[in-house]
Amino acid sequence: MALPSARADFKTRLQNLIPKLVLSPSLAMVLVFVYGFIIFTVYLSFTDSRILPSFGWVGFENYDKLFRLRHWDIAVANLAVFASLYIIISTVIGLSLAIFLDQKIRGEGFLRPIYLYPMALSFIVTGTAWKWLLDPGIGLEHTMHLWGWASFKFDWIKNRDYAIYTVVLAAVWQSSGFVMAMFLAGLRGIDNEILKAAQMDGASNWNLYRRIIIPQLRPAFLSAFVILSHLAIKSYDLVIALTGGGPGRATELPATFMYSYTFTRNQMGIGASSAVMMLMTIAAIMVPYLYAELKEKS
Amino acid sequence: MAVASAENAVRTGRFTRTFIYLFLLLFALFYLMPLLVMILNSLKPLAEIRGGNMLALPKQWTIEPWLSAWSTAQVGVEPTGLKPFFWNSIKMVVPAVVLSTVMGALNGYVLTKWRFRGDTILFGLMLFACFIPFQIVLIPMARVLGLLGLAGSTPGLVLVHLVYGVGFTTLYFRNYYAAFPTELVRAAQIDGAGFFRIFWRILLPSSGPIVVVSVIWQFTNIWNDFLFGASFADLDSMPMTVALNNLVSSSTGVKEYNVHFAGAILAALPTLLVYIVAGRYFVRGLMAGSVKG
Repeated sequence: MALPSARADFKTRLQNLIPKLVLSPSLAMVLVFVYGFIIFTVYLSFTDSRILPSFGWVGFENYDKLFRLRHWDIAVANLAVFASLYIIISTVIGLSLAIFLDQKIRGEGFLRPIYLYPMALSFIVTGTAWKWLLDPGIGLEHTMHLWGWASFKFDWIKNRDYAIYTVVLAAVWQSSGFVMAMFLAGLRGIDNEILKAAQMDGASNWNLYRRIIIPQLRPAFLSAFVILSHLAIKSYDLVIALTGGGPGRATELPATFMYSYTFTRNQMGIGASSAVMMLMTIAAIMVPYLYAELKEKS
Repeated sequence: MAVASAENAVRTGRFTRTFIYLFLLLFALFYLMPLLVMILNSLKPLAEIRGGNMLALPKQWTIEPWLSAWSTAQVGVEPTGLKPFFWNSIKMVVPAVVLSTVMGALNGYVLTKWRFRGDTILFGLMLFACFIPFQIVLIPMARVLGLLGLAGSTPGLVLVHLVYGVGFTTLYFRNYYAAFPTELVRAAQIDGAGFFRIFWRILLPSSGPIVVVSVIWQFTNIWNDFLFGASFADLDSMPMTVALNNLVSSSTGVKEYNVHFAGAILAALPTLLVYIVAGRYFVRGLMAGSVKG
């Protein structure tokens, strides 16, 4: 009598163990390749690593150097300009397109995919396309000259003071359609009864949107902000394909800075410290957001 | 004449509606223009691009640039075209997508139907891993791939994409299975069905939509990746995006814009096709990746 019950016991215990066993490979991967690697990079940022990782402790020296590098200053300042314009313009365009598309537009099913398809492209493709479109020699400027507008000048991509705005332009082109989709989903989720009641009371369209509809889109605004800021900080491919960080250092971003210091300038310690700065910036945005999302669900 | 809308109950006048249509069409043009310019100019001889109007139709249609981009253009040292790199990308994407989707499905199943103490924290750890700037893992990853003997190889890239993709697939399946009635799972358990049997017979048959979402998301992301490809691939495993960038930014010789455009479309084609065929699921995946609810 004791034997089958012991076997059953073993079987249940095995059954209880299986879910954890199934989860463990992913968990191990994430712990090693994400969190282990983060710790390793943080550690490297306190060492004298140059071409290869080395373990001579130098304290905060890399950070000290990093903050005094003009190159880093430029990258951070560029990111500030790029990120704020990218987020604001994408949000404004996305929200406008969503509100307008929500007016029972004929051909919505035709327009929506057109707004969204850039999101399916690689940033390298986007960068290549815009690089030539904006090139004064063969692109928009050249075309306007051919059309007889001889004084038309659009050489931002070659201009140190304006090149960063071309990165904004290409990035907005790529992701504003996606922001539109998020807002459209939010708009379609709003209860019609409230709107009808407000309209009965004689609220104008403008007030309807300003007072009732847009405030209800708060979650969509938050998601758009989090996603766009996270994309902005990680931006690397687009700059590489569009401007290569130039002209000069005009479009250098922290992501391109990190790559060139680590892999081409052989300053791995400084490269690691710049990566840590990037991680901390993203964590400051993502951790509260994810925490709130998870808490809400459970 | 005011148009009353049953859907959103907002009335708009004729003038406003004209403005709205103009605005929407203008933006449609803005989004389409780069693609249009690429297609038009990839079908022109080079002289016509340099001398002519990029918005004009080709005077002399040619598919020469496409042939060149595919099989003879100079990418790096050898005049191989983009063909070998296209296959490199396929060889990298397919296993990475399959493995990450399978693991994500099992993880989502465990995290919703076999909950245990601390599972939310574990999921939170996996979720945050989706959003890290990959710069933070580049240095140790290069070392570890070397130690594993996977440096510069396609299996190495598959591993990298699996590791940093499994968080997203887990997120998708977890949210999807959370809405699946747990009573069915419990009933099957009482009938003596085990862990895998329940998954195979009860959850998997109704997982079609989320599998499509996960596959599309992973395919698009991995195909479009540049950073990992540029950091960890060598010539034999270099993916399409890196090859395209090399083609476009190689400084030697004449800039063959038409070939660059053809190459860019070739690199975009697989994800564009996926988008055209299954756009609905693509959007759903994007949304699930941002609005977790």
